[in-house]
Order: sequence, then structure tokens, then C-alpha cells
Amino acid sequence: MNKVVSKEFFSENVVRLEIEAPRIAKARRAGHFVILRVDEKGERIPLTISGSNVAKGTITLVIQRVGVTSRKLAELEPGDMITDLVGPLGQATDVKKAGTILACGGGVGVAPLLPIVEANKKAGNRVISIIAARSKDLIILEDQIREFSDEVIVMTDDGSYGEKGLITEGMERVIKREKVDEAVIIGPAIMMKFAAEVTRKYEIPSIASLNTIMVDGTGMCGACRVTVDGKTKFVCVDGPEFDAHKVDFDEMLMRLSGYKDFEKDANDRYLNQHK
Amino acid sequence: MDKQDMLKQERDAAWRKELRAKIKNKERTGFERVKMPEADPIERSHSYVEVNSGLSAGEAVLEAQRCLDCANPTCIQGCPVEINIPKFIKNIEREEFLEAAKVLKETSALPAVCGRVCPQEKQCEATCFYTQKLNKPAIAIGYLERFAADYERESGNISVPEVAESKNIKVACIGSGPAGLSFSGDMAKLGYDVTVFEALHQIGGVLKYGIPEFRLPNEVVDVEIENLKKMGVKFETNFIVGKTATVEDLKEEGFEAFFVGSGAGLPRFMGIPGENLVGILSSNEYLTRVNLMEANKNETDTPILKGKRVAVIGGGNTAMDSVRTALRLGAEKAMIIYRRSEEEMPARVEEIKHAKEEGVEFMNLQNPIEYIGDSKGYVRQARIQRMELGEPDSSGRRRPVPVVGSEYLLDVDTVVVSVGVSPNPLIPQSLPDLKTTDWSTLVVDDESLQTSVPFMFAGGDIVRGGATVILAMGDGRKAAKAMDAKFSGTFKSETVTDSN
Repeated sequence: MNKVVSKEFFSENVVRLEIEAPRIAKARRAGHFVILRVDEKGERIPLTISGSNVAKGTITLVIQRVGVTSRKLAELEPGDMITDLVGPLGQATDVKKAGTILACGGGVGVAPLLPIVEANKKAGNRVISIIAARSKDLIILEDQIREFSDEVIVMTDDGSYGEKGLITEGMERVIKREKVDEAVIIGPAIMMKFAAEVTRKYEIPSIASLNTIMVDGTGMCGACRVTVDGKTKFVCVDGPEFDAHKVDFDEMLMRLSGYKDFEKDANDRYLNQHK
Repeated sequence: MDKQDMLKQERDAAWRKELRAKIKNKERTGFERVKMPEADPIERSHSYVEVNSGLSAGEAVLEAQRCLDCANPTCIQGCPVEINIPKFIKNIEREEFLEAAKVLKETSALPAVCGRVCPQEKQCEATCFYTQKLNKPAIAIGYLERFAADYERESGNISVPEVAESKNIKVACIGSGPAGLSFSGDMAKLGYDVTVFEALHQIGGVLKYGIPEFRLPNEVVDVEIENLKKMGVKFETNFIVGKTATVEDLKEEGFEAFFVGSGAGLPRFMGIPGENLVGILSSNEYLTRVNLMEANKNETDTPILKGKRVAVIGGGNTAMDSVRTALRLGAEKAMIIYRRSEEEMPARVEEIKHAKEEGVEFMNLQNPIEYIGDSKGYVRQARIQRMELGEPDSSGRRRPVPVVGSEYLLDVDTVVVSVGVSPNPLIPQSLPDLKTTDWSTLVVDDESLQTSVPFMFAGGDIVRGGATVILAMGDGRKAAKAMDAKFSGTFKSETVTDSN
């Protein structure tokens, strides 16, 4: 059982939870994730750790309300318990001094991007961050990203905040303007697919952090399998970060939709019960 | 006193002599072997009720009377945890059922589990005098084991094995599956302070996530775990050694020795085209969703694909568990696709029989070579190739050879791949000093099960690659004995070399 210590809504549907987990807070590195089960009936879902406070013994997770588990999480209040939480899982980000890093985060993907931005800055890299979302209320963690970036570009699809346009447009502009040594891309699978196409065009080594369906998160079930460079890999133990140019994003998108009908049913049921 | 003398002394007890004199051997060998009462195949294939319902006390006593209480009980040699089989069976014969259960617990941490899932026909029952010399069906040792363990549990009079005085030595057990539980039970008896670290949210490993309710009810496992808790074993769930804390961290916290029983957690796939389509999943995922996450129940959040035409690839016990689970989830057609013939199937005869009774179709000597999906990426067909048996391969089984031009398309909407597992990589990844084989299993000394890291022992599927519950339990016992010897200064083999 892990206690929720604090809670903050970034927008109507995006919430940040600070959760007591002293061992995970101490052991986690940028790129790691946890698996949690919100209550006794809950599903096990993976969430990337967006930060930790070793002194307080807490980790922070950012959750977008989309399905049953994320709705249940968003309803937790400080003092409430999460039934099961395990981690840190996955391979940590390989952070080294590389020069100029282009950090691209779409939607809630900015949350897992934050520790990578921070680690890159601390490793002595020049970090240019582009954070993008559909509209202003979905832009999250802007101040925190600014703290560890040399430059931040905010983009919204509808132009309600920052610059109007897709993340790929912002990326192209930076790449045309100056030499980018590496890119990190985190966001919805479809955004990562197109962002990876941009860096492929300019031959910039790029990492994508994948968020697939998982059950155990320890390599046991294989639900998270993706094709990378023609080979099947498990996101939970081989990832979650892979060479963005080698990931078969079309297959990943297809596999992510595998339980869509169930998710919709479960969500409708949940909303009916909580009217 | 050595083991043989001990067995002899116990066999010479007055009550055993008296029992032997009561019925003539000729009469005993004339009795028919008991039949296990089973739930109706049609009814059970739509529910999760346990298939084998267990012997009544009367049936158990009659079966126990068949046992000749041999002077040289060869059955014990067939048991990886060396249960004193004649002693527990004779206690059943004299209707001291609780005493029989105590005998089981002298050497087995999980008798009610073993009585259900052990392949007795390949172990104790294979070395029974009836099988070896009389050419008659063996004593139903497994059924009797289950009877005694169930009797004790249902009586509420559960005995807790005696625990030696505390040695004040902290040892860690990594993984709470059969290897770990057996190790922990033995170490607790010897007076060690044992903490079991489990990655999942429930204790029991494969007994919980893998073996279905209709073969091994979770409640049965929980009672055995409860018993270990009463012996002082501590359990920490949601804890991955090597991730949540390293072995070094645990050493700093006072743990002096480690047993790795982390299992064979990585499912194998065949690497054929289309295998990543939606609707194709490993047996681990399929069974975990149902057994651990209870996805079959409406009130839980975890989804499960309820396929109508389900193909399970493989012929082991896990394949049988998967295909029978598919029936219970409402499959209209539940198929086993196996590349060899039934004779080579690794699954227990009993599991194959139960699957057939429930309506599973066996498509032997066939093998998928490709999957075809619809525009949304859902699997719709499997391309199946027929096989024939050629020369024996390294496993001694005849090698399946494709029949040229035999391919055909089979309609499927769910495919469960059950072609084996590889060892879980998390522990070796976190400990570079730990030697592994080319198959990623841990290298251990054959006798002591010590790894290349001193004070770290290992057993079960992380060493064997994919074996049975009882062999894992045997390893747990063996490692406990060796670890105790290490602490007592009587340890023999010291290092592990590459040649192992």
C-alpha cells in the first residue's frame, strides 16, 4: 500500500500525484517506470516516473484521465492509498554529454520527458525542449521544463497558447536553425511516429520512450512486445526507450488498440456508476 | 543415523508392524486402485470448479490398504522432496489423518499443492513396487497426499511445523514460487530469519498466476502460505530485487545469504510472420489475466479476449491450462495445435484426458507458419503446416518434419502461444558477477546449488529453464540444506566453474 501525499490538477483531465514510495524514490533514474494497481479490482498499468524526492521518500506520477484506472487515480485524495505499486522498472535513460539535445514532448508525454531533460541538462548538454499539446489547458509542466532547458518552445494545435502548429513543425525549425546532436521523443504513439520521421530525414539519432500495454512489467507476459529493427522486443525489460528510427510504430499503434472495445465498455460502465 | 536407518526404525514401530499383520499382502495387492472423483466434463468446462474433487475418507483408507509398507520403499526415491511416503500412507490406513498430514510437512512446504499438480506417474508412482515389480497400477500416492493435506486444512486443525531456536541470521529469498516457498519453509524450520521478496502483488508465483483455479484453487495455496507465515517467514510483495533494491542494498540491511528462485519468466514466441497481430498472446499473459487479475470476473477492470475460435500452440501442461481456460471463457472451438504426436506431448496424461473430455480438439502433427490479420490488425487466420515424425532429436523425441505442400488456412480469432519460456533476465541483469549459461539460466553447483556468487544459491526454473513445481521445490530444499551447511561451517563445494 502506498499513500498519496499530494495532488495537483494541471488541467481538468491531467493530474499530478505525489506518492509515498521511499525505495523507488531512491532507486529510480530518468526513464524508469512503475506498475500500479489502484485497488483490489484494479488493472495493472505502467506509468513513467516524472520525478522523485528522496528526502521525502516520494515519487510523482502524471496521469491523464482517459480510462477506468486513470479516472480512479484522479479521484484519489491526499491520505488515500494505492493498493499496489512496484518499480522502478525498465532500463534507465542512457544520459551522456552529447552536445545539443532536442527534447520533444507531446501531451502527457511531457511528464516522462521532464526527468530526461533534467538529466541531460545536468550532464552538461544544451537542451532545447519543445512541448506540444492540442490546446492550452493540456500543456503541462512548462515551468519545470524551463528550469532545465536552454530554450523552450510551446506549441498548440489550435494556437490557444504558444505557437500554433504541430510539434513536427517546431522540430524542423530548430533543426534547420542549428546543429542538433540527439533527439528524445515522448508522447502519443502517433506523434512519436511523425516526430521520428522528421529526425530520420535529418539523420539525427533519436530515442523514443514507448508506453505499451503491460500486465506484470517484468518480462513475464509479453503484452508489451514491439518490433524494433525487425526483431521482437519487450518494452518492459528491453525498453522503454528504443531507437526511434527502428521502432515499427504502425504495429505499435495497432497493438495499442487491441483492447479498445473493452476499454470503452469499462469506461462507460464506470461513468454510469459514478454519475 | 542415516536416512535408511531412520526409515527402518520408523517402519519397525509397533503400530506399523500391527498394521502390516492385519491384512495379508496377497489380499492387499488384489484391491483395485481407487478412481479420482471428477466434476462432470460438460458442467465443469463452463465453470472454474475444481476438476478433481478428491477422495472421501473411506476411499483413502481403502487405497492406503493397498500399500505394502515395503522394507525398501523405492517410492521415496522417486520424490524430489523425499516425503516419507509409507509413513504417511500407513497413517491414513490407521485413520490418523492429521498425523499423515504432519508427515507430509516434515519435508514438503506445499503438500496440498503437490497432491494436485505433481506428475506422480513419472515420480513416486513410477518407482512404486506395484509399477516396478507387480505390473499393476501404482498406489495412488498423489491422491492420498492431497487427501491428507485437504483433510487437515478442512479440519481447521492445521499443524505448524516445529521451528528451531532463532539463529539471528537474515536470509533473503527472491521469488515466492514453489522453489522459494520450499526453501523458506526449510530455512525457517532451521531457525533462520527468512524474508521472501515477490515482484507481483500476490504470493505464490506460478501457483497463482499460472496454474488455473480449476486445477489448483488459490485458496489452497493461500493456506500453505499462511502456514509459512506462522513459522515466521516474512513476505514482501511488489518488491523486485535488483530494481526496488539491489542485492548490495539488502546486504547493507543485514541479509547474509540469498536464494534466487525467480522463475522462467520470459515467454518464447515462434518468430513467424504476423505473430504480433492483436489477439495473439503468450500463455503467460492469457493465464495471468485470468488467474492473477481475475479478468474472467465482471467486477474487475482487467480485460481478456474471449475468443470464439481459440488456437493454443504447444503440447505442455501450460498449453492444456490455456486451452481449457479458453473453453471456460466461452470458446466455441478450443484447439491444441502441436507439432509432434500425442505420444510425445509433455503434458500430463491426466491433463490431456481432462481436456479431451471437456471438448478440446487436438490437432497434432500440425504447426502454424504464419498468421493473417484483418485491416484493423486482429488475427483472423493461421496458416498451418502438417508435420510427420522423422528421426529422434537431442531430446530423444522423434523430430517433426514439415510435409511439403500440406499448408492450409485455419480460421481463428485468438491464438495463445505456449511453446516454452526463458529465464527471467532481471536478476542476472542486475548482478554482472552472476554466471549464466548460453540459455540465460544461472550456473550452479550440481550438489549445493550455489551460484558463482558466494552465499547466493539458486533453484527452480531460473536454473532449469522450464520444469515442474516439484522439481523447483526439491531445489529449494537442496539449497536450504547447503546454505545451512555454509553457515554451520560444514559446506563442501566452494566455487562454481564454467564447466558446470
